[in-house]
Amino acid sequence: MDALDLARWQFGITTVYHFIFVPLTIGLAPLVAVMQTAWVRTGNERWLRLTKFFGKLLLINFAIGVATGIVQEFQFGMNWSEYSRFVGDVFGAPLAMEALAAFFVESTFLGLWIFGWDRLPKRIHLACIWAVAIATNLSAYFILAANSWMQHPVGTTFNMETGRAEMTDVVAVLTNPTLLAAFPHTIAAAFLTAGTFVAGIAAWWMVRLARAGQVATARDVYRPAVVLGLVTMLVSGAGVALSGDWQAKLMFQQQPAKMAAAEGLCTSQEGAPFSILAIGDLTNDCEGVRHLLEIPGVTSFLATGDFDAPIRGVEELQEQYTQWITEWDEANGVSSGVDDDTRFYPNLAVTYWSFRLMIGLGAGSAALALAALWLLRRRGAVTDRPWFALLGLVAIPTPFLASAFGWIFTEMGRQPWVVAPNPDASGVDGVWLLTARGVSEVVSPGMVLFSMIGFTLLYGVLMVVWFRLMKRYAVQGVADTEHDPSPEANPPADDADGSDRPLSFAY
Amino acid sequence: MDLPVVWFLLIAVLWTGYLVLEGFDFGVGMLLAILPRGDRARREKERRLMINTIGPVWDGNEVWLLTAGGATFAAFPEWYATLFSGFYLPLFLILVALIVRVVAFEWRGKIDSPTWRAWADRALVVGSFVPALLWGVAFANLVRGVELDADHQYVGGFLALLSPFALLGGVVTLSIFLTHGAVFLAMKVDGDMRERAGAFAARSSVVTLVAAGVWAVWAQVAYAGRAWTWAAVAVAAVALVLVVAATRVRREGVAFTASAVAIVAAVVLIFGSMFPDVMPAFDPANSLTVANASSTDYTLTVMTWVAAILTPVVLLYQGWTYWVFRKRLTIEHIPEATGLTFDRVVARS
Repeated sequence: MDALDLARWQFGITTVYHFIFVPLTIGLAPLVAVMQTAWVRTGNERWLRLTKFFGKLLLINFAIGVATGIVQEFQFGMNWSEYSRFVGDVFGAPLAMEALAAFFVESTFLGLWIFGWDRLPKRIHLACIWAVAIATNLSAYFILAANSWMQHPVGTTFNMETGRAEMTDVVAVLTNPTLLAAFPHTIAAAFLTAGTFVAGIAAWWMVRLARAGQVATARDVYRPAVVLGLVTMLVSGAGVALSGDWQAKLMFQQQPAKMAAAEGLCTSQEGAPFSILAIGDLTNDCEGVRHLLEIPGVTSFLATGDFDAPIRGVEELQEQYTQWITEWDEANGVSSGVDDDTRFYPNLAVTYWSFRLMIGLGAGSAALALAALWLLRRRGAVTDRPWFALLGLVAIPTPFLASAFGWIFTEMGRQPWVVAPNPDASGVDGVWLLTARGVSEVVSPGMVLFSMIGFTLLYGVLMVVWFRLMKRYAVQGVADTEHDPSPEANPPADDADGSDRPLSFAY
Repeated sequence: MDLPVVWFLLIAVLWTGYLVLEGFDFGVGMLLAILPRGDRARREKERRLMINTIGPVWDGNEVWLLTAGGATFAAFPEWYATLFSGFYLPLFLILVALIVRVVAFEWRGKIDSPTWRAWADRALVVGSFVPALLWGVAFANLVRGVELDADHQYVGGFLALLSPFALLGGVVTLSIFLTHGAVFLAMKVDGDMRERAGAFAARSSVVTLVAAGVWAVWAQVAYAGRAWTWAAVAVAAVALVLVVAATRVRREGVAFTASAVAIVAAVVLIFGSMFPDVMPAFDPANSLTVANASSTDYTLTVMTWVAAILTPVVLLYQGWTYWVFRKRLTIEHIPEATGLTFDRVVARS
């Protein structure tokens, strides 16, 4: 493999790995904030116990999300320096904004939240976790602004002299329609992940305690957690579906080759069917694709709202892109360096299957939601059905996997571009970059291989540890009691200000 | 002053924030292997005491690095691209170190087992030691200049980064962070540990003074070649002498302020030596300069507004964090470990 392939693998591995932890953090931080708010407002100790329990899981997860996030920022310069040169004027801005506006808030206020239980007044301490929750979501906004620009570059011109993309309108970059669809989709998926996580663990515990005869604890502590998770799942699940539909319609306009590939649609068609099952020989060749199961007209409907609308297949798109690039080169007297055999559409099998796995696994939470709605429909009901506990556990990984396949679809579907060209007249503007052109020129395959092996081994070890820690703390369950650590509840005794007492929390 | 110069200064400010703040938490991390005394249980308590002095703030400190990186990407894409692809292996090692350090901080107390904690301590020590050394090597190379070709690509290879001047630069950051961390500890704890940290700082500050003195004069004579940066050298020298003096009489506040000033002066010297280059090349024609590496005026204007509004806010709430956790800690403040074991032992009845 050459440096390009290795750098692509490294980016794929580190990004998918990073994004295992990120959705849980984005969704769980607000849920923990909600639990703590419930405690502060009602004084009901069960919410404090739940806050501490899910707070620990949040912290275990947060650490590894942060650690792997640092790699993401550095990687653009290390492996993709030519990309960085081309896009830095635009792409760097949202990254810097994320650090300044969101990441400082997250890390500073998380420190205050972890260590401030007995130092800060109750409401200020509560405000700290809300600051963390809001900032993690704001982080996602800026990162998606950067990514959306790669999918659909706006607010930018190509400067012939410097040979790079240059920002002309930051508001356009921060209100990119691609971003406005991707942000709710990603955030809703993150809440679905966290909702399923909370509901799944709480469901498992509720059944376990109900079977052990501790129905009171199951009802008093775990049922509210299941309900909180369930409400989150229902709202966010609807959000995922609606925003996903919106995103798909945008993609048909902005990245037609991605969506055509996702449907395995080789030849252009009116009333294009939705393919449920297809087989191919993985040669990324239209000749090899065989559709086995299709619903007529649905792809056209999803793309445009019209069952009979014409949809371009990858073969027609290939010709169009080739023509656009040739025209651009001729008009400007340059060579974009695009070979005759360059494919302007992504790997068909990867795109087709990642799209279906995203949708299929994303719907995995629905089974848990439906079962819980049925079993817990009466006020105060708890259940001792073992299959429900099992369902809770099985459901937990599905939104994680769906998120991973969602990113694989988004990023692999953008190929062969690292910055996808805008496919309409206004977009044929030189603001595009082939992935192959973005890789670092001075970095040898050996170095990329070395760092890739290093990261993969390290990530592998950390993954095992992360899983064991999460499992261990989940299996410990909610503490039987939890004392109110706030300064209000612990007035100074002998010492003037209580400063001689042991810390309520220490590493 | 034009915007690229403003951003050159802003990036220097971000690095200053990073090195002053994470400098002491690197120092505390390294001292975990050096300072604790007594039997096994006592050493464990002392290590926890040390970790808890930086517990609430190290994560916020580290964001200064991410911001410096993001700002470089946004304001000087060419610099970012050449630097990060050129210094590939050192940056990879720094990344690995920072990763294991982050998870070790958060996960160390989660499992109550001596083996587990021993691994976390190794990660904290190595994870603090490696960046403390390599940041100095990297900055010394920026002062010294590197081999860039006409396309501004770094073509010098890894071994060329390990010149004696660069390695001495690594020793300087290593020793200054050790001292800075020891002084911080002495300022934040009470009892035995305070005495030991103070005594360590009194010794290490002398090493720092000598190493930094030699390096700064070497840098000034061989690579900087401009008169006003002598002022930065002088300030650093005075500050480091003050650290030596203040640690002898155990004036921790003075010593910490002085070591922070020394780090600020070092950044002024480094960035002052580079200017107007951001990455000087052996052949000056190939150097990346503030002018030829920067983003457009439009991008810089936008980012200037963002930075002007947000940086003071960040300083305010980070300052508040230090205020909230201003109290000295002693070993008595450290509660019993609350970590679980990996084995499930609690059986609910």
